[in-house]
This record gives sequence, structure tokens and C-alpha cells, in this order.
Amino acid sequence: MSAMLIFLAGIAVVITWWMAQQRLTSKPWLEVGNAGDAPRYDRSPIATAKIGLGVFLAVVGALFTLFISAYFMRMGVEDWWAIPIPGLLWVNTGVLMVSSIALQRAKTEAHKNQTGVMKIALLAGLVTGVVFLVGQVFAWRELTRAGYVLADNPANSFFYLITGMHGLHILGGLVALSRTTLKAWEGARPDRVRLSVELCAMYWHFMLLVWLILFALFAGWANDFVDICRQLLT
Amino acid sequence: MVNIPSSIDDTVPAAEVEDVELYHPHSWWTTYVFSQDAKVIAIQYSLTAISIGLVALVLSWLMRLQLGFPGYFTFIDADRYYQFITMHGMIMVIYLLTALFLGGFGNYLIPLMLGARDMVFPYANMLSYWLYLLAVLVLAAGFFVPGGPTGAGWTLYPPQAILSGTPGGQSGGIILMLVSLILFIIGFTMGGLNYVVTVLQGRARGMTLMRMPLTIWGIFTATVMALLAFPALFVASVMMLFDLVLGTSFFMPAIVEMGTQLQHGGGSPILFQHLFWFFGHPEVYIVALPAFGIVSDLISTHARKNIFGYRMMVWAIVIIGALSFIVWAHHMYVSGMNPNFGFFFATTTLIIAVPTAIKVYNWVLTLWRGDIHLTIPMLFALGFIVTFVNGGLTGLFLGNVVVDVPLSDTMFVVAHFHMVMGVAPIMVIFGAIYHWYPKITGRMLDEIMGRIHFWVTFLGAYLIFFPMHYLGLLGAPRRYYELGESAVNPPSAHDLNVFITLMALTVGAAQMLFLFNLVWSLRHGKEAGGNPWRATTLEWQTPTTPPPHGNWGKELPVVYRWAYDYSVPGAPQDFIPQNQPNPDRLSMENAS
Repeated sequence: MSAMLIFLAGIAVVITWWMAQQRLTSKPWLEVGNAGDAPRYDRSPIATAKIGLGVFLAVVGALFTLFISAYFMRMGVEDWWAIPIPGLLWVNTGVLMVSSIALQRAKTEAHKNQTGVMKIALLAGLVTGVVFLVGQVFAWRELTRAGYVLADNPANSFFYLITGMHGLHILGGLVALSRTTLKAWEGARPDRVRLSVELCAMYWHFMLLVWLILFALFAGWANDFVDICRQLLT
Repeated sequence: MVNIPSSIDDTVPAAEVEDVELYHPHSWWTTYVFSQDAKVIAIQYSLTAISIGLVALVLSWLMRLQLGFPGYFTFIDADRYYQFITMHGMIMVIYLLTALFLGGFGNYLIPLMLGARDMVFPYANMLSYWLYLLAVLVLAAGFFVPGGPTGAGWTLYPPQAILSGTPGGQSGGIILMLVSLILFIIGFTMGGLNYVVTVLQGRARGMTLMRMPLTIWGIFTATVMALLAFPALFVASVMMLFDLVLGTSFFMPAIVEMGTQLQHGGGSPILFQHLFWFFGHPEVYIVALPAFGIVSDLISTHARKNIFGYRMMVWAIVIIGALSFIVWAHHMYVSGMNPNFGFFFATTTLIIAVPTAIKVYNWVLTLWRGDIHLTIPMLFALGFIVTFVNGGLTGLFLGNVVVDVPLSDTMFVVAHFHMVMGVAPIMVIFGAIYHWYPKITGRMLDEIMGRIHFWVTFLGAYLIFFPMHYLGLLGAPRRYYELGESAVNPPSAHDLNVFITLMALTVGAAQMLFLFNLVWSLRHGKEAGGNPWRATTLEWQTPTTPPPHGNWGKELPVVYRWAYDYSVPGAPQDFIPQNQPNPDRLSMENAS
């Protein structure tokens, strides 16, 4: 569970940082407002939807970290042999990166009120997102054909399980992204879709980050890290 | 807004309508069924939770009948007994307590106590309820599939959970259980996002974090914990489903079942235990923290005194929340793990006693020289404190590795967790229902029925669970269908079991009286008025009772003080609502 504890430590840092700004040492029983005062709203200027997405991404992060924790713990058993990485995964990684860049571009253009470029960038992000998913399915097929089936070895099981879970999250993101794209192409003004575009970009960058970590994990680059963790625990 | 002299209304900028656009229902269906109003969702959550909770209550009677009169009720065979245990535990912990505290009280109280019109994402909030309902239906469907529901125990430990020797292990039962849990977690995440973000962003003017009632602090912290802990159960459920349906070996070791070698090999049952308890221990506090918060408000209101050590109470809630993530392996002392781990987890477990004890002291010090009104909510709050201390003390026994090892898997453990996480939170739930029912319906619950309900439930719970500690010390194991004649089951212990069973039936009957009261008082209860308890918090200051969709009419309330201004010296009444400003400057201006 060391990976999860590290993740939690990160969350704890964020929460502590946030709480440090909340005047938790104030003495509310002494602070009575006077009639005629106009107390302010005590909330973040960041859009509520963005905070909501931020909290959701923390939950998604916890989910994938727990899968990774389970992966590390199961890895210790002798019957484990790593799964080969199909070359297609490199392509998919590139495609997802392009998708993320496209959405970042859409976000910048939305801020500049450049409807035309934004629409194209959104569409590009959507299409590359779909291509990534299709690519993942082809990578699965390639592995299955080569005989690496789900139940043969725990490494295979984890590979299909975790990439599948990541794919489901991308699929959910695609639903939101296609709604945003549709809205933009139907001629909504950039300031009307700006928030949606920002949310999509934020989600996409996060899923890209998750994918890069997973890719490093499956490719075995994370093994040194695992060894360090294991030494810490024994 | 009440209690603000009209002359100053002009100087207060009109609290504009929230930037969250309110959804306005157009038909009966969208008002009462597919409603996006947090209050309706709260009632839907509560009624569903109580309904499935009743099923769990009946299951506990059946178990007690078997333990008190073994072999007398022939329809309770060993398989059914295990199914009853499993469903009773799972329903009570997750589908009743978690759903009722967070989905029920969370939805009702967060917007009202914070002065918001609704949750920030009403649509997701509605989906949350419908997924919860679906999860409950899938769970209940287990009773009707061939082979019945799973009988693996509420911890669902593999490998036994998915082997054919366990009831429901190779049939639909375990699948329905896992699918139901997955649905519940997805639904809860949607609701949980709402609870957290509404507390962050939805508060009225002047409602700083340190002016929030402790109820909200408890629900808020518990929700943050639940959002981080439930994914562990999600991961465990998905992986177990893979092991069962697709033949993977995440948790399943090489195993010979009924003379046949199974396909599985190499899996780690301990991995499941880590994941399960990484969720399971925070779950205890996910249930306890809202209870802590609510009970603080009940005590303060009904003792007409400000809560003692408000800041300390807030910090204690947060610290308990944080600590509860690093104690999970104290459920696994006998799993054969490294003794050094046991030492670490015993230490963290015992450290939790510090903030918890601070809370208990503060409750007692709030009562000290207070103007205690022994109303029914107060009775339940007092019942909670006593029960929680009792359950907490046996927790100190079980938190120590050397004491836990002989007591592990005995009735002592059953008695401990029923006191601390069963009876204690249920006391708070009852107290809270008696307290807020007048706001929800506009009528008071009947007093006489309420008092009978309290005394039978409170005394009965002790008569049920105190003897169980003794049985546990004798060595009576938990989870056994039948003990027969054995050293751990002398005739005296058997008589005790009969007694416990009779008490369980009595306490159960008292709950029927409570349910009757809930329905009867809807029509015949005393008119409550807007603020029957003369309480300070915002939900009691709504312009109409029960509050309509949008809660506040035209203007949102403005908050000028904390939630505990009871018996303020020199004040005309013994409470000052949170939205009432300090009149000093106004009267001075008038005088000049």
C-alpha cells in the first residue's frame, strides 16, 4: 500500500495548505458581525465546476493509485512474469499527447475568443481521443493473438484491468468532450463554452498523466521505485 | 430573513440569488420523484436506507433466534445463518449508516445549515440517489436468486467468498453483492462531490468555515474520507469480480476444492484484506464523524450552552479523519503479518484515542452546569456519549496486539463494534430524527411514544451487548452457527444467549413503535412552528417550515455569528440566531 500512502501524503499536503489559509485558529465566539456590516462570501474565486472536477480527479487518482498499489503487492509473488509492451502503445501514447495538446490549444483560443481555431482544436482533440481508444483495443487484440490472455498470468490480468479502467475514463471524458464540441460547432459564443473547454482540457491532461504513469509501470521502468518501496517496508 | 430590523435592510447589499441556476420542477414527477432538490433527495435517501435497514433488523432477529434456540427453527440452516450474518452486516454498515448519515442528513442539512439554496450540482445529486436505489435493489435481489445471497461474511474475504462451499459463492449471490457495491460507490461519489464542493463554495455571506456548525464539519470531513476510502472497496470488488467471472488470480491462491484443482494460482488473499480494510477502517469514522458532529449540536442546543472548545472540536474531527487512514491493519493482527507492522498499527490506533477523548471531555464539559432539557434528542445524545465511551474502552483492549490475539474472532469483538459503531451512531440517528423531524414535516414527533422508544432501545441495547462481552471472554467464537455442548458454551452461557435473544426481539419491537410514530405524527403531531427548539443554526430560521424548494424565499440569509450563541449574558432570549447581527452599533446610531 506504499503507493497509496504516498498519494495520500500528497492529498494531505494539499488539504493542509488549504486549511492553513482558512483561519482555523480564529475565535468565532468573539467575532460577532455588527448590524449594517456586509460580510463577504468566503469562497474561492475559482469556478465551482472546476473545483468539483478537481475533487473528482483526486478520487480518480486514488482509484488508479490503489490499482497500482495492488499491482506492486501482487508483483512480489513468484508466478509473475512481465507482459511485453506492443509497439502500438507508443503510437497510442503519442496520439493521446496530441489530443491533450489540441485541447490545451482550444483552451487558449477560447480565452482569446478565437472561435474558428477553437472549434478545429476541439474536433482534433475529440478525433485523436477516439483514435487512442481504438488503438488501445488494437493493442489488446495484438496481445491476445500473441497468447497473452487475461487469466494466464497476473501481469496480463492487471494490464487488461488497468488499461480497461483507464479506457473507461477516457470514454466518459469523450462523452463530455463531444457535448462541448457539439456546442461549439452549433455556434455558441466562446465565452459560453470557455468553462466547458477548460474542464475538458483539465480532465484530458490528468488522464494523460495517469496513462504515462501506467505506461511506465507496464514497461517496467517503475521497478526501481518498487524496489525502494519494498526495502522501506521490510 | 428574520430578526434583522427592517431599517438596516437597505445598508446590507441584497443577497443576490446564487449563481447556480436553480432547476425548477415542472411536474409532479420532477418535484417528488426525479427531484433535484436536496431536501427531497435527502428524504428519498433516508426512506430507502430505513427500509433496507428494516430488512437487516429482521435478519438480526433470525440470527438471534438461532443462537438463543438452536435447532428449534428448522428453516434457519447453517447456510441461511451465514447469509443472514453477511447481509445484516453489509446492509447496516454501508446501505444504512453511510447512506443515512451522508445521503440523508448530508443532503438535508448541508444547504440549509450553510444558507445555500441547494447543492452545487443538483443533477449529479439526483443521479446519486437513483444509483443508490439501484444498488439497494441489486443487493436485495440476492435473496431471490437460486442459491440465495452471499454468505461470506460482510468482509467478503477470498478465497472462501467465491468458492462453492460458501453459500452464494459460485452463484449469483456474490456477483450481485459485488455489483451492488460498485454501483453504490459510483453513486456515492456523485453525492460526495456535491457535499464537499457545496461546503467549499456554497456558503452564505459571512459563513466562514469556523462559523459552521459541527454537524457540517463532521459530514464534510467524513465525505472527504469516504471519497478517498471507497475507491479501495471499488478496486477490491472489481478484482474479485474478475477472479470469479473471468478466472484471473488476483486474490485466489492455488486451491483444491472438492478434490479438483482450480485454475487459480498465486493470488494473495492478504492483498484483498489490505484493500478491504484500507476502506473498512476509515468507514468506521465515516459513520462516526457525522455522528460526532450532530451530537455536538444536539447537546449544545438542548443544554442551552455553547459547545465547549469549538476549535478543539474542529481540529479533533480533522485529526481523527487523517489518523483513520493509517490504522487499517489493526483488523489484521491475526493474518500473519510482520509483528513490527502490528506494533506500528497498534500505536496509531491508540493515538486516535487522544482526539476522541478530547471530544468526549468537551461534550461532558458542555453539559456541565448547562440548562439541560431532557428532551428526546437530548436523551439520545446522552445515550450516545455513554455508549460511545463504553465501546471505545473495549476498543483499547482490541487495539493492543497481545490482548487482541486471544479475543479475536470471539463475541467480545461483536460486542465491541456493535456498541461503538452500531448502537452509538444509531442513537445519534434517532436523536437527529427527533430533532429535525419538526423542520422536515412541520410537526413534532409524539413525546410519550418517543420516551418509550428511547428507554427500551437504550436499556435494551445494553442488555443485548453487555452480556456478549462476557461470552467473548469465555471464549465463545463469533460466526458460529451452533456451539453445542462445549467448554465455551456452558449451560449458563446458553441461558445468557436466550436472554440476549429475548432482549433483541424487544428492542426490535420498540423500533416498530418508532416507525409508527413517524407516520402517525405526520398527521397528528403537535404543530411545531419554525423553531421549536429555539436553536441558533440557519435551518431553523427559514421563512417557512417545511422549507420550500430554494429554501430561503427571495433573499439568502447573512451570517453574523457562530452557531453556538446560547445563554449569552445580557441577551433578551437564551439564544441568538446565526443571522442576527450585533445590535450595538445600530442602537448607538439611533441614540445619537
